[in-house]
Amino acid sequence: MYVIVAGGGKVGFGLSQALLANGDEVLCIEKDAHRCAVIAEDLGSASYQGDCCEVSVLEDAGTGRADVFVAVTGDDADNLIACQVAKARFRVPRTVARINDPRNREIFSILGVDATVNSTDVIMSQIAQEMPAQPLTQVLSLRGTGRELYQVEVTPDSPLLGEEVNQVQLPGDSKIILIVGPDETLSTPTNGLQLQAGQVILAVTREEQEPALREALTGIAPE
Amino acid sequence: MRFVIMGCGRVGSGLARSLTDEGHDVTIMDVRQDAFRRLTAQFRGNAIIGDGLDSMALQRAGIESADVFVSVTQGDNRNLMAAQVAKHIFKVPRVIARVYDDSRANVFRELGLETLSSPRFVTGLMREMIFDGSTEAPEDR
Repeated sequence: MYVIVAGGGKVGFGLSQALLANGDEVLCIEKDAHRCAVIAEDLGSASYQGDCCEVSVLEDAGTGRADVFVAVTGDDADNLIACQVAKARFRVPRTVARINDPRNREIFSILGVDATVNSTDVIMSQIAQEMPAQPLTQVLSLRGTGRELYQVEVTPDSPLLGEEVNQVQLPGDSKIILIVGPDETLSTPTNGLQLQAGQVILAVTREEQEPALREALTGIAPE
Repeated sequence: MRFVIMGCGRVGSGLARSLTDEGHDVTIMDVRQDAFRRLTAQFRGNAIIGDGLDSMALQRAGIESADVFVSVTQGDNRNLMAAQVAKHIFKVPRVIARVYDDSRANVFRELGLETLSSPRFVTGLMREMIFDGSTEAPEDR
C-alpha cells in the first residue's frame, strides 16, 4: 500500500515510522526544511520537503498512485485543503485528516474528507481512562455503526453489585458485551453470571443513550 | 446587500470601506484587534474579532443572512476553508476566496468555488502595462 503522510511533526513522523515498519510504502511530506532534515535522518528517502497543499509537490510525490492520503499537520485548514487537493486532482481513493477542533468533524465530512481523527478527543478519552473518578469512560467510537464502546468498573459501592448481568436494565439497544474479571479472565454475559467488585464491564451504546447508560451502570443520574 | 468579509488587511479593509460608502451592510472580521486600525473612524460597518474558521464567529458576523462572503486573509487554506463553509454549510449565495497559489485556486475553481488568484491577476496587469505601453494601471484609466 502506498501512503502519503502530509506533515512531519510528531504525529506524522511517528505514523510514517509505524507504516514503514508495517511494510507499507510511505512518503512523508514536510514543509519546514529544517524539520524535514531531522526526520530524513530516520526516514531517508521516505521524507520529502515541500508544501503538501501545492499541486506540483503532490505531483512529484506520486500522489496519483497513492492508496491513502493522510494529513496530520497541526492546522485544520491545511489538513482539509491537502485532502481535498489529493482527492479532487489526484483521485486518491481514501483521505484521512487529523482535526484539532472537534467542531470541524462535520464540516470535513461534508467537504469530502473520508475520515477524520480528532486528536483532542483521543487525548481526552485516554486521560479519562486514567482518571479514578470517572466511573464510565468511552473507549472508542465504532466507526460507521453509530455506536460507542464504554467501560465501567464495578466498585464496592456499585448499584450493580450482586446483580445478575442479564437482568441489568439498559437503555435502548445498549448491550453489555464482555466482563473482565479482577484476575483478567474474560466472560461473556451469560445467564446467572453475577457482577462482583473489581470486574470491568464493556458495553456498547448509541451516543445519545450514553447518559442513560451511565445512570444504569453507575447509579449517577445525568446532570 | 449584506457582506461578510474575513480578513482586515489592505484588500479586506479597502473593500469594506468602499462597500459601506456605497451604502452596503458590511461586517468585517479578523482574529487580531489591531488589524482594524486600517479602518477609518468614519467606518459605518461592523468590525468583529473572530476566526472565520469558527462557525460560531461566522454566525456572530451574520453569515446566515449574508448575500456575499469574501475571504481575504493571508492564508490560502484558511480562505478556501472559510469560503467552503460559507458556501456549503451556510449556503451564502455568492462566495469568493482570494488564493495566492494559482494551481490550488484552479483545483477549487473546478470544484465550483469562485477564487481570485492575485499573483496571476497582477501578472496580467503588469504585462498589459508593459506591452500596451500604458503608464497607468488599467483600472485607473
